[in-house]
Amino acid sequence: MAGIPSRHRSVVLLAGVIVLQVVLLAVQIKRDSQGRLLRVWTVGAVSPFQRAGARGIGNIRGTWSHYFALQNTSRENEELKRENDALKLQVNQLHSKAAESDRLAALLNFRQSQREVPMVAARVIGTSADTASQTIYLDHGERDGIRRNMGVITPDGVVGKVIESYRDTAQVLLLTDKDSGVGAMLADSRIQSPVGGTGEPLLAMKYIPTDDTVNVGEHVVTSGMDRIFPRDLPVGTVTEIKTGRPFQQVRVRPAANLARLEEVIVLLTLRPLETKKEPVAKAADAEEKQVSGPAAAAEKP
Amino acid sequence: MMNDTFDLRLAESHIEVHKFRTGAIFAATVLALMLQAFVPVYFQKFAVLDLPLLVTIYFGLSRRNPSTGLLLGMVIGILQDSLSGPTVPLGLYGIAKTIVGYLASSIGARLDTEHPAARFALTIFFFVLHQGSITLTRRLLLAEPEAWFTMHLGIAASVNAAVAVFLFMMLDRLRRN
Repeated sequence: MAGIPSRHRSVVLLAGVIVLQVVLLAVQIKRDSQGRLLRVWTVGAVSPFQRAGARGIGNIRGTWSHYFALQNTSRENEELKRENDALKLQVNQLHSKAAESDRLAALLNFRQSQREVPMVAARVIGTSADTASQTIYLDHGERDGIRRNMGVITPDGVVGKVIESYRDTAQVLLLTDKDSGVGAMLADSRIQSPVGGTGEPLLAMKYIPTDDTVNVGEHVVTSGMDRIFPRDLPVGTVTEIKTGRPFQQVRVRPAANLARLEEVIVLLTLRPLETKKEPVAKAADAEEKQVSGPAAAAEKP
Repeated sequence: MMNDTFDLRLAESHIEVHKFRTGAIFAATVLALMLQAFVPVYFQKFAVLDLPLLVTIYFGLSRRNPSTGLLLGMVIGILQDSLSGPTVPLGLYGIAKTIVGYLASSIGARLDTEHPAARFALTIFFFVLHQGSITLTRRLLLAEPEAWFTMHLGIAASVNAAVAVFLFMMLDRLRRN
């Protein structure tokens, strides 16, 4: 840099830094590596704060709603109002705890119904730092037995798979990410086709031949062919069908609410899973039976 | 002089170079990255904001040193890459934010960028440039088809610019008098 005129130094530095990063990109593509070391450091530094934030967020929510409840307190009824607000706060907290208990009970029921599959419940503590990739961070990692390529679900359905596992944290690629996919099939006709993300809220069922019949409202379940998820876990519901050649364009709404995930279950096995039709799948079946025809199915959201 | 606010005369304009309280840039950067990775879990629409980009733009415009600006952009970008998913290799945001950091510092050294309207317009410009750099990198280096412009990006640019006006006012308080 010494021989370069000072007014050109920043331009040379800019060119150097960009070339360096282009080389870094090229190395990652060539070696199919993800720069794991730097990611481990960064995630390790950030995750304790995310974990603390996730724990405290419930209290902040309660305090925040309490604050608004107190804003219009009348002076005349101050004492009465104060008591009333305290009771309101208690009710809010109880509601919040009840909702959390419901979610945890659902997780527990699911876990008990799938005893043969080792699994661990985890809390969502963070999300991707960019809008292009749809990932979440969990508060459990390698120390809890979580490894890459393990399946992640909720009692409602498939969520995604673990793409990176750190000591106390794991990163999950959501089903809606455009690089994501799951072996799936139509619950009624058992036609198999992978379901993949599009980067949007709806998923795409990619290889349904034009001649096969698909109905709006039909349930999509896992096929077990990806060797990550057991068969018959709910993936979603068909919401849109467009004709095309040679394949139909089938859009699927995810069964799990991927936009608001707070607790999930990680399937702690990398071996191919084979499970019986248990409550989750049965619930999907029962729902299917209620919606018997295509017309009725079309009415479902 | 190094630790004080001082004046720089360029092309007959009177431009201030701002210094910040110790640790302010580091704290603002870390906070922006953590909020970007945490808040969307509970408030999904927050993901439309790119706080690390806004921090890069602000400190670039304020410090007005292209070398510092591009290095800060590179560090913020690579940290953002490392907190992102597998579709984001290290360097993708790094390159985009390096360019933004450099240009913000260069423009900041030539124009008065303290007025809210100027900050609004510049943030839209840098947001579009940032997205353009990412799209170009994805298309050329990663061979991934990526749309140059979508309505969502247009809305995101406006939202980021509006938030930037208020965020920059808050960050102004971190300056040394």
